[in-house]
Amino acid sequence: MPKVTFIEHNGKEHTVEAANGLTVMEAAVKNLVPGIDADCGGACACATCHVYVDPAFAGKVGEKSDMEQTMLDFANEVTDQSRLSCQIKLSDDLDGLVVRLPTSQH
Amino acid sequence: MSGMVVIGAGQAASQLVASLRAEGYQPPITVIGDEAFPPYQRPPLSKKFLSGEMAEDRLYIKPPEFYAQANAALMLNVRATAVDLTAKTVTLADGAVLPYETLAFTTGSRVRKLTVPGADLPGIFYLRGIADVKAIQPHFEAGKRLVVVGGGYIGLETAAVAAKRGLKVTVVEALERCLQRVTSQQISDFFEGVHRAEGVTILTRTGVHGFDKAADGSLVVHTANGDIDADLVIAGIGILPEQEVAQAAGLVCENGIVVDEYARASDPNVYAIGDCANHPNPLLGRRLRLESVQNAIDQAKAAALSIVGRPKIYAEVPWFWSDQYDLKLQIAGISAPGDEVVVRGDPATRKFAVFYLRDGHVAAVDAVNAVPEYMIGRQLIAQKKPADPAKLADPAVPMKSFTA
Ligand SMILES: Cc1cc2nc3c(=O)[nH]c(=O)nc-3n(C[C@H](O)[C@H](O)[C@H](O)COP(=O)(O)OP(=O)(O)OC[C@H]3O[C@@H](n4cnc5c(N)ncnc54)[C@H](O)[C@@H]3O)c2cc1C
Ligand code: FES
Repeated sequence: MPKVTFIEHNGKEHTVEAANGLTVMEAAVKNLVPGIDADCGGACACATCHVYVDPAFAGKVGEKSDMEQTMLDFANEVTDQSRLSCQIKLSDDLDGLVVRLPTSQH
Repeated sequence: MSGMVVIGAGQAASQLVASLRAEGYQPPITVIGDEAFPPYQRPPLSKKFLSGEMAEDRLYIKPPEFYAQANAALMLNVRATAVDLTAKTVTLADGAVLPYETLAFTTGSRVRKLTVPGADLPGIFYLRGIADVKAIQPHFEAGKRLVVVGGGYIGLETAAVAAKRGLKVTVVEALERCLQRVTSQQISDFFEGVHRAEGVTILTRTGVHGFDKAADGSLVVHTANGDIDADLVIAGIGILPEQEVAQAAGLVCENGIVVDEYARASDPNVYAIGDCANHPNPLLGRRLRLESVQNAIDQAKAAALSIVGRPKIYAEVPWFWSDQYDLKLQIAGISAPGDEVVVRGDPATRKFAVFYLRDGHVAAVDAVNAVPEYMIGRQLIAQKKPADPAKLADPAVPMKSFTA
């Protein structure tokens, strides 16, 4: 099972394990990592699961769909590391993934 | 200390627990649910859970440990049957009596049932909970003939999943068009066209008069347009607020449990949140009852603030979505008959939006695969800024220019 490290805005780290096929958002929710609201449950409809993907994994997390890209355009504090975590599926390739969380999802 | 008792363990209940603890609420919390599952998301029930792409535990809004960690007792498989507002107690079906200091109804809604002759025959299903989908799944096989009664969002989503699975699908709608109660002719026409192109038969102005069992054990659906043979029927003809316990307790109910803008019911110690709550929305300038995840979540957040003594008015632009085939419909605001309808983009490209203007500003938007229209639309609805219909209709005018 791939490990994912979430770093809260205040620097607090949470390293969790989650099954392949789950999304990064689900890995956070299942493991009670705070800071990801995921109001729509992964339907790419709310943009409250925003994370910053560590540049080392930029090539591995897959491409953004048009839908995700345009949703992100409307999130806060967006950078070129921004992703919607419900749109990144976990696989062995992503073992060790590090993502940072924004100050707020709203 | 008796603390908080929450009746109903769904979307609103789980958010209420999370928000109460986040806002520093200390007393014990007890959540009572009559289903066998911890609070779960319903939207995938007619989408990826029905199609089999999503396993059951992925529906759970929070893992079971969450409730333990939040020091909230989750009592499942048991129904609250009565509330005594004077004694401040809740009675459960098993006879237990729980005292409360503060009570919340997050009881959601229940499906409207067909009342025509034969409506209780085996093979006729509804789609509200995990148990419903589990009952449907063994019959949900390629080649089977499915009749969907009701062309609302849930009916059409079910039809989409079934068509992809290879069932032979007929949607029967009593009104003139599918989605008539919730959207414009343009959106209805578009979705009816999409379904027909996928091989779904759509019969509008077609009421269902009854059901019979055929000689081979399958079903016959009697409609205003003749009989239809079916292996299974799924009805999605609307829902009713789950308000009986509240009403019997003496709380004011009228199309839902009547609450104020802080989610407070007609008793000072009682709140109602989510599908079951008839609430005022200051942005819309009227009372309404919503059946959406957004409403359950945002109203629960507002109620939590009231409960901890930092009341904040619940005033959000309603939003909703529906997934059918490769299409994502995103909706903000509430459209109404009589709104000026502005179409932006060509429906034939499967990427377009319909704006609804009232008193010169955007009151609602339905966006198909059109995120900027949806996201900016949400802002325009909240701002009530005058909008020029000609510019809105022109895809060459960027959406961002409307908020500038
Ligand atoms: C198939 C389907 C698809 C949907 N799709 C979408 C969508 O795409 N987008 C969207 O925004 N919304 C969608 N919705 C609507 C959304 O799921 C609901 O609005 C939301 O679940 C409401 O939350 P709630 O907490 O008010 O009620 P619920 O989540 O329904 O929870 C209420 C719970 O209370 C229980 N209960 C009721 N009475 C009692 C009692 N007396 N004692 C104990 N327990 C009781 C019920 O059994 C239920 O478990 C969909 C709904 C369905 C059914
Ligand atoms: S959870 Fe809603 S967009 Fe990711």
